[in-house]
Amino acid sequence: MTTASVLDWTTVCPLDRLESDRGVAALVDGVQVALFRTADGLFALDNQDPVSGAYVLSRGIVGSRNGVPTVASPLHKQVYDLRTGDCLDLPGVSVSRHEVRCRDGLVEVRLRQEE
Amino acid sequence: MNGGRLVVVGNGMVGQRFVEALRARDTEQRWQVTVLGEERRPAYDRVRLSAYFDGVSAEELNLHTPDDGVELRLGEAVTGLDRDRRVVTTAHGEYPYDALVLATGSYPFVPPVPGTDLPGVFVYRTLDDLAAIRAHAAGRRTGAVVGGGLLGLEAANALRLLGLATHVVEFAPRLMPVQVDTAGGAMLRRYVEELGVTTHLGVATTALRPGPDGTVRALELGDGTAVEADVVVVAAGIRPRDELARAAGLDLGPRGGVLVDAGCRTADERIWAVGECAAVDGVCHGLVAPGYAMAEVVADRLLGGAATFPGADTATKLKLLGVDVASFGDAHGTTEGCLDVTFTDPATRTYAKLVLSDDARTLLGGVLVGDATAYPTLRASVGGPLPGPPLALLAPADAGGGAGAAALPGTAQVCSCNAVTKDDVDAAIAGGCADVPALKACTRAGTSCGSCVPMLKQLLDAAGVRQSTALCEHFDASRQELFDIVRVRGIRTFSQLIAEHGRGRGCDICKPVVASILASLGSGYVLDGEQASLQDTNDHFLANLQRDGTYSVVPRIPGGEVSPEKLIVIGEVARDFNLYTKITGGQRIDLFGARVEQLPLIWRRLVDAGFESGHAYGKALRTVKSCVGDTWCRYGVQDSVGLAVALELRYRGLRAPHKLKSAVSGCARECAEARSKDFGVIATETGWNLYVGGNGGFRPRHAELFATDLSTQELISLVDRFLMYYVRTADRLQRTSAWIEAMDGGLDHLRAVLVEDSLGLCAELEAAMARHVGSYSDEWRDTLDDPERLRRFTSFVNAPDVPDPSISFEVVRGQPVPVRGGPPPTTAGPGTAGAGEPAAVGGRRQPVTLGMPEVRR
Ligand SMILES: Cc1cc2nc3c(=O)[nH]c(=O)nc-3n(C[C@H](O)[C@H](O)[C@H](O)COP(=O)(O)OP(=O)(O)OC[C@H]3O[C@@H](n4cnc5c(N)ncnc54)[C@H](O)[C@@H]3O)c2cc1C
Repeated sequence: MTTASVLDWTTVCPLDRLESDRGVAALVDGVQVALFRTADGLFALDNQDPVSGAYVLSRGIVGSRNGVPTVASPLHKQVYDLRTGDCLDLPGVSVSRHEVRCRDGLVEVRLRQEE
Repeated sequence: MNGGRLVVVGNGMVGQRFVEALRARDTEQRWQVTVLGEERRPAYDRVRLSAYFDGVSAEELNLHTPDDGVELRLGEAVTGLDRDRRVVTTAHGEYPYDALVLATGSYPFVPPVPGTDLPGVFVYRTLDDLAAIRAHAAGRRTGAVVGGGLLGLEAANALRLLGLATHVVEFAPRLMPVQVDTAGGAMLRRYVEELGVTTHLGVATTALRPGPDGTVRALELGDGTAVEADVVVVAAGIRPRDELARAAGLDLGPRGGVLVDAGCRTADERIWAVGECAAVDGVCHGLVAPGYAMAEVVADRLLGGAATFPGADTATKLKLLGVDVASFGDAHGTTEGCLDVTFTDPATRTYAKLVLSDDARTLLGGVLVGDATAYPTLRASVGGPLPGPPLALLAPADAGGGAGAAALPGTAQVCSCNAVTKDDVDAAIAGGCADVPALKACTRAGTSCGSCVPMLKQLLDAAGVRQSTALCEHFDASRQELFDIVRVRGIRTFSQLIAEHGRGRGCDICKPVVASILASLGSGYVLDGEQASLQDTNDHFLANLQRDGTYSVVPRIPGGEVSPEKLIVIGEVARDFNLYTKITGGQRIDLFGARVEQLPLIWRRLVDAGFESGHAYGKALRTVKSCVGDTWCRYGVQDSVGLAVALELRYRGLRAPHKLKSAVSGCARECAEARSKDFGVIATETGWNLYVGGNGGFRPRHAELFATDLSTQELISLVDRFLMYYVRTADRLQRTSAWIEAMDGGLDHLRAVLVEDSLGLCAELEAAMARHVGSYSDEWRDTLDDPERLRRFTSFVNAPDVPDPSISFEVVRGQPVPVRGGPPPTTAGPGTAGAGEPAAVGGRRQPVTLGMPEVRR
């Protein structure tokens, strides 16, 4: 995996602001990021639903498909792999993913721009 | 002769079907059609005539749809036919024809007995007859029917429903002599007498005698006895109305009827006959299905086709006075050397007989009384090998109907209404139909009377099509099974349920289903604890997500009744938050374009003004629409608004497998469109009629009449039961119409469960509804009262003061609407599908500007 440019980690919020199995939106350097807290860990994707163009992915239902952690778009229910951002229903569609970690009880995000 | 002037005499069931069939084929309008009908109303469903006494209105029985290409002249009987000049005559004049179709039906045969012309003596054929019977019966006590056949028993039930002590007099030694044999007739008689109808069998009616006021008072019977009767219905058979043909010199059948060939044409090549008046190859048919077949034949022939009458199935199955009676094939065993197998069970009061060929291998016919479950399989087997050992076929209920649909020969008709064979059904299954709705759509089997639906299921089973009821990859159980598991095991959380009864982490299918089940079982506020993670975004934010990521807000306006003060508050809120405002079809007001962080502020003002959540976001009761009712309307007969408000308040917040809608109309004019709702109520002079299973939307459905003339209390109990039973047993996203359709036995089964309490569930269902009503609490008020719950209504977790920058509006017709072309692109840079440019390309949007007047402001 190649990373064109690596930005800095940005602190977003305390971990307990994230409800488990649910997402929230965060604004990081002007980019809308959807953050999810699941039993498999934290995930960060672009908040924009690539199918509709609306910024709503953080409001989707979190779950699993064949063991893969997922979120379903709240608009038209396409399901995305939380780990890769790939859409599992529409081949060739994906959303950008970002890096996320928890440090000292704080959630941090680093934007990623893949080539 | 493929076009020109076509005159149809008679606008009854078959005449109407003929016109429709012709118009469907005659796409080039080659025939100019004139229909002359003697009755004053257009075609109606004569088969369901007796429903008139159950409160079904004449309008609901209507079969006629207006057609521009057809001139319909009602109340205009044809009195003459001149074949040389090719004209028919009515009191209004002459109608020339190039082709003439006689569809004049039958008339009731009245035996030559003194007194049949007395006031108070009726026949049973038209809506006018029934209206006259009802009028005469008012205030009278006794009634009698001359004739104990099909029609006579139907008339007897009508007299009983009118509150008369009822007698039936039949000349033959048993009831329904044409359809059933002696033993079957005896069983039938027991049922009928138990209903309080007195039977006089094997005796003739010799005279009708008047009372002092000149109206009928008594029947004199051949054995010298007299039967008191203030109302008499003569149902002694029917005769074809062949008088026009007879006078015009056309040939008749040996027992009357206009003689026609297998193409339904008379010896005069321009004249055809269809329905009960026709004697096809000399034989008249007194049922509607053969008439419909004739209608199709003539429609085909008039456009150059060569269709022939396929012969008639005389099999009958009906419910008479609550008793299932069926007869098919050679029911009386008249075939040379045939054998009988009979089964009589006084305990369950069923009687069944099979007639077999002399080698006991071929089924020839049979009779069933009391339990007709085996009817579809048996009828389809006539003429072929037995689908199982005779006794197994006849044993009632579970064993009987089940046996052997799969054993039928391929040519056996599974659905006789639509002429669908077992081969047709198997081919559809092989072609990918995996459930009954798919089979119905593909083959039309089961779409008319529905009695073959159990066979369709068996054929699916036999073909090895497992109709998976698994909810999704995480649960093998269906929604209904999960409901029972959660209820019986007292499970309160999704994690416990999936740990014990599922696998994985759940998904957008099972999570909302479980959330709905938990809500229905009274687990309190829908967004507390883990439940919050199960909800669709709409339920999560208690508002409806729109295409641009904003939400819409719908306060509840019960029954559509709203005070000016409250209306002003809605207007002020919409103005202050810059919300697009639209009146909905459900008689309330939808406010669009609210961002998540605005929702609590908007609702604070609405709740303070006395509004509650309208649950527009939930799979829940939406609205109960109403017309203005007898409070203001000149025609209203009941307080429809009052009832709508009461129903909406009673069922508000009820979570269900699908959204639910209702409406109440204050009179039969039905201005509230109640019949397009999941449950609709229409006022009558004396109470309420309840309709169930309607919907608008993708596949519109008319609700069907479920119960009539209910008091308000009766209505509420029935709706309580109906809704709770639906909530408990329907599939995910299954609307009430599909739910009822999928039931074995459909609406009748539902009635048995909810009205007759056949499963002993009613008390429990009512108690469950009482709990729902008692524990209702407004979700928006609860949310506003709790800072924890308010936390989720933020734009960005790290920048709650920044509104979502992607949301922007333009002004159209003076109101804000989302900017088209999608939100502005992200700053996330290139390389990812979908940044800025929506990936899915839909159809082109049509701008609506051409020719529209400029709106000046
Ligand atoms: C109470 C009842 C229950 C029934 N139940 C069943 C059942 O369960 N199953 C079943 O298959 N069948 C049933 N039938 C029979 C079924 O209704 C008839 O088979 C069907 O209506 C025949 O249709 P048709 O068009 O031939 O006749 P009709 O429906 O009788 O229509 C004939 C029309 O022609 C009109 N007409 C007659 N002469 C003239 C003229 N000279 N000029 C103008 N108009 C004329 C008549 O007024 C009438 O409106 C039932 C009938 C009744 C009365």
